[in-house]
Amino acid sequence: MWAYIVRRIIATIPVMAVVALFVFSLLYIAPGDPAAVIAGDQATPQDVERIRASLGLDRPYLIRFGEWLWNVLRGDLGVSIFTNLPVSLMIAQRIEPTLALMVVTLVLSISIAIPMGVIAAWKNGTWIDRAVMGFAVFGFSVPVFVTGYLLAYVFALELDWLPVQGYTPIRNGFFPFIENLILPAVALGSVYIALIARITRATMMEVLQQDYVRTAKAKGVGSRGVLFVHGLKNAAVPIVTVIGIGIALLIGGAVVTESVFAIPGLGRLVVDAILRRDYPVIQGVVLLFSFVYVLLNLLIDLLYTVLDPRIRY
Amino acid sequence: MSPDTGIAAVHPAAAPRQAELFAAPRQTGRVRTFIRRHPTIALGLGLTCVMVFIAIFAPLLWTTDPQALAPARRVRPPSANFWFGTDMLGRDVYSRVMYGARISLIVGVSVAILSSLAGLLIGMFSGFIRILDAIIMRIMDGMMSIPPILLAIALMALTRASVQNVIIAITIAEIPRVSRLVRGVVLSLREQPYVEAAIAAGTSTPKIIFRHILPNTLAPLTVQATFICASAMITEAILSFIGAGTPPIIPSWGNIMAEGRALWQVAPYIVFFPALFLSVTVLAVNLLGDGLRDALDPRLAKRL
Repeated sequence: MWAYIVRRIIATIPVMAVVALFVFSLLYIAPGDPAAVIAGDQATPQDVERIRASLGLDRPYLIRFGEWLWNVLRGDLGVSIFTNLPVSLMIAQRIEPTLALMVVTLVLSISIAIPMGVIAAWKNGTWIDRAVMGFAVFGFSVPVFVTGYLLAYVFALELDWLPVQGYTPIRNGFFPFIENLILPAVALGSVYIALIARITRATMMEVLQQDYVRTAKAKGVGSRGVLFVHGLKNAAVPIVTVIGIGIALLIGGAVVTESVFAIPGLGRLVVDAILRRDYPVIQGVVLLFSFVYVLLNLLIDLLYTVLDPRIRY
Repeated sequence: MSPDTGIAAVHPAAAPRQAELFAAPRQTGRVRTFIRRHPTIALGLGLTCVMVFIAIFAPLLWTTDPQALAPARRVRPPSANFWFGTDMLGRDVYSRVMYGARISLIVGVSVAILSSLAGLLIGMFSGFIRILDAIIMRIMDGMMSIPPILLAIALMALTRASVQNVIIAITIAEIPRVSRLVRGVVLSLREQPYVEAAIAAGTSTPKIIFRHILPNTLAPLTVQATFICASAMITEAILSFIGAGTPPIIPSWGNIMAEGRALWQVAPYIVFFPALFLSVTVLAVNLLGDGLRDALDPRLAKRL
């Protein structure tokens, strides 16, 4: 098992290298000359050239990549063109709301989607099953900002149950914190819920046809025991895989959700950065999100060995 | 094949009903049978056709110039004159939404076709040339670890806002998934006895690709292309919504919503109508994809 874990960790290195190369190239080919920007309007071509040399911008691609990578590994993501602040600092200031949104969405989605999928598989072919599948198709089709506005309109503007937008940190109390995050989390989670519910239903339907499930039923295990002990436990691997892959959807959706609900997180940071063409910030956020995504999927891969002891590779 | 024998042969239970339908035109009978057998495809296709119709004939559908400014009638609620109301610049939201169908469909279909072609090519190379496989797949893995919307955002930040660049950015973000799919199909087909037999018989590689491999990738690729079309339309709307997509001058659904955003608490209809059309279109294309998948691969349909 240790050999598998080590092999799996080593396998993420080329993936991260490709991500890093891609993200670096983004800044490399980005239009606009940082040296010219720093030099200002009055500068002569010689001045610009001198600044370029002092910044090391005249050196070959691979050497610059190496240097950039070394800085990134030490936590230095460069300096924002717009605010002149270190990108790592700007990310640190904005990471909490995004993290909170993601965690709440993840918990909410999993706790809604898995029971939905299990019930749909159990009541296969009935109206409950059809309703769940119908919801899944809708979840895939209605974009996250549409769901967001719809929810905000109904539950915040019309019914006035929840705040329209904004964010309260958890240190100001759990209730205001969660009150602000319910609507964004439901909006962001709708695609994710659809995805997880669908795969849960499909896998459960397969598992429930297995001989050991019939044996369990025959020896008198209650339906809850069959579904959750014999069923869900054996369906865990595909479900967990999809939860991991779906985090990409969650990250992409968070960018939009934060704009709809005015949450001052990393999504807003990247949207503002696009409008200002602040490439180092875009680069930093993309790199961070990709790193988190790869890391989470690595953890899930390692979790396989716990969920299914037969997996040894 | 005459429609009568065709239907009876496939579906014996339908045979007695043919007598009832005898007087009706044959075409109607066929359509009805199709709808009964594939309701999802029929619904998806029907709705998609409506949207395509709107996109093509937008100028004829009682629309006015979608760009025409009229500050005097800003932010009017929906009425007999302005079916979907007017936005903060007095532009007719109905006309803008009708013209918006063009952008969504152009982007969705272009991305679906381009990423399928590119993915087909890359997947074929990867599946056939083992030395390339490892390298290509590591690159695809890397690209897949960047969430697609962020990848598209990053690419859009590099270029000027235009419909063409939006298409290219979303296509690049979609290529890795198609390549993986095609490669998987190619690898499993290569193990098939008939392909092994063709190799043993000395058939040339191009001939094996065109005769045996390519036709078998088309079904899963078509299904995938449909889903890509749907997700590309959402991505385009998201990019436009956050200001990194189609130039604001062009009325795309994402742009209309982005402009209505500031006013959505007082004039929710500006956001609501493009949102409705976008959702219905994506739903239609997704239904089409679901239906096609069930029809083309019954084994998979049972699993999902």
